[in-house]
Amino acid sequence: MIQDLVVYAVFIGYAIGVLMTFGLVLTWVERKQAAVMSDRIGANRAYLRIPFTNVKLVWWGLFHGLADGIKMILKEDFKPRTYDWYAYAVAPWVAFTPVLLVFAVIPFGGTLEPARLIPPLADWFGDRTYPMQIARLDAGLLIVFAFGGMTIIGAMLAGWSSSNKFSLLGALRAGSQMISYELVMGLTVLGLVLIYGTVDLGDIVKQQSGIILGILPAWGVFLQPFAATLFMAAAIAENKRIPFDLPEAESELIAGYFTEYSAMKMGLFMFAEFIEIAIIGALFTTLFLGGYNLPFMNDAGFVFPGNHVVELPYVLVFVIQLVTFLVKVFLMCSFQILVRWSLPRFRYDQVLRFAWKFMLPLALANLTVTAVAVWLLRSVNA
Amino acid sequence: MTAKPFKRKAYWNEAELSWWERAYLFEILRGLGITGGVFMRNMWRWMTGRKGALTTYYPEETRPDYGRHNRGKHVLTQRPDGRAQCIACNMCATVCPAKVIEIDAAFDPDDPAHPKYPSRFEIDYSRCVFCGLCVEACPEDAIRMVKEVPDFPGADRHRMWLGKEELLGWKPQSDVAKPYPAKAGGAAKRGPA
Repeated sequence: MIQDLVVYAVFIGYAIGVLMTFGLVLTWVERKQAAVMSDRIGANRAYLRIPFTNVKLVWWGLFHGLADGIKMILKEDFKPRTYDWYAYAVAPWVAFTPVLLVFAVIPFGGTLEPARLIPPLADWFGDRTYPMQIARLDAGLLIVFAFGGMTIIGAMLAGWSSSNKFSLLGALRAGSQMISYELVMGLTVLGLVLIYGTVDLGDIVKQQSGIILGILPAWGVFLQPFAATLFMAAAIAENKRIPFDLPEAESELIAGYFTEYSAMKMGLFMFAEFIEIAIIGALFTTLFLGGYNLPFMNDAGFVFPGNHVVELPYVLVFVIQLVTFLVKVFLMCSFQILVRWSLPRFRYDQVLRFAWKFMLPLALANLTVTAVAVWLLRSVNA
Repeated sequence: MTAKPFKRKAYWNEAELSWWERAYLFEILRGLGITGGVFMRNMWRWMTGRKGALTTYYPEETRPDYGRHNRGKHVLTQRPDGRAQCIACNMCATVCPAKVIEIDAAFDPDDPAHPKYPSRFEIDYSRCVFCGLCVEACPEDAIRMVKEVPDFPGADRHRMWLGKEELLGWKPQSDVAKPYPAKAGGAAKRGPA
């Protein structure tokens, strides 16, 4: 029992640490990548001075995230005269918490066998093994969508309780947009669920370490390329980022539903957005890019096409899987930032038309084709 | 009464999209390819130790390509003996829209042609807007602006003042309007410089 507690405490600490680091670093990556994409230099002035020396650590402006955080904590927490003070105070947390909770079901590594990893503790841990996932739930994917849908409530609460026209308009836009794209997102993933026959994310990742057509890794993006594209678009819309940032279109609505928020309350909304970038990256990695595994890799080693088997020692596999997951997530985050700095914003009616008249039929068609194909394959094989 | 149906104006530059462009996704991918390509190019330059940006690091680097008529920092022109040509008439200080020029006039009994001279001439560059009106207002061609900008970025606004000594530091080798450099062996230096 105690062993389980220790392991899961470590998992939770790791997950929160990774998400917070991603949130903090992504603020910097976003600025820096945008700068490099547009021939600029980007944030490069914040530094840490080592006390009692004149050594200044600039590190390409990496500390701008810290400077931002300190600024937000120290700023005046301006409060509007609102009639619903409680909802106003609670809304940022309602938007922020579910984003963190989504990560609970995402597997961020293979199987943890403490006895083999830390030999001195072998007696204490015995032969216990833990899949590296905070909550190993059969309904993993459903949990993702349940918590993903809850962020809408935070946005709506914030907009409603701010007593501000712009906030309310932003919240309405956020609500309708997020509900529309939630639907598309769910439908695109259904195709994968049909193929893998499970909604357990750990199981989905394990099934992706196989080989299809003789040469390709059995990643979701090869099985369902269409769904992957739609999922990415819907996820960016769900996160309310450019080109779908209508809820906070600053030229129309100042800042949308968080217009009336300042200091760390506004920081929470921003932080939630950046963590959600990482979450979307993690989800996409898990569903479509083979999760924590390199191509052709499983918990024992590599099985390359042509049945070449390469066995790897457990510790090496463990490290490779942890690092692979982080690298994949980071690349997906970088891709989302690339999209954000390349595309212009939609008009609002275009956003909803895009969801209901373009993406929803395509997602349905994809689902139908997948269902028929899966049925045909099953009946041929049976 | 029925309202007239709204008829949208046809614009001369109406976008005509082919079906390929209408499909949106492919053009989006092309656009991402362009921006991603620029990112890769610049990133490669940074990683190989070159500069992948068009930006000039402002205080550390000076641009070599200031225009010939760039209005940079001010200089005070000099008489042949090295004193300021300024007669402390205060016209530049009066015309200055940002009110950055401060002049204290003093009396010089030794020079009957120019009995007034500035004992203090200071410019506050934290407020100067570099409009050049002081140069236009000067009746004596005593203040000019050179193309180099003052080297001032700093955290303390009280250090952004230039005094008479710095402003008199301009030593051109030739000048269209005046016999520069000041002739050696000119009149002996008189009074405070």
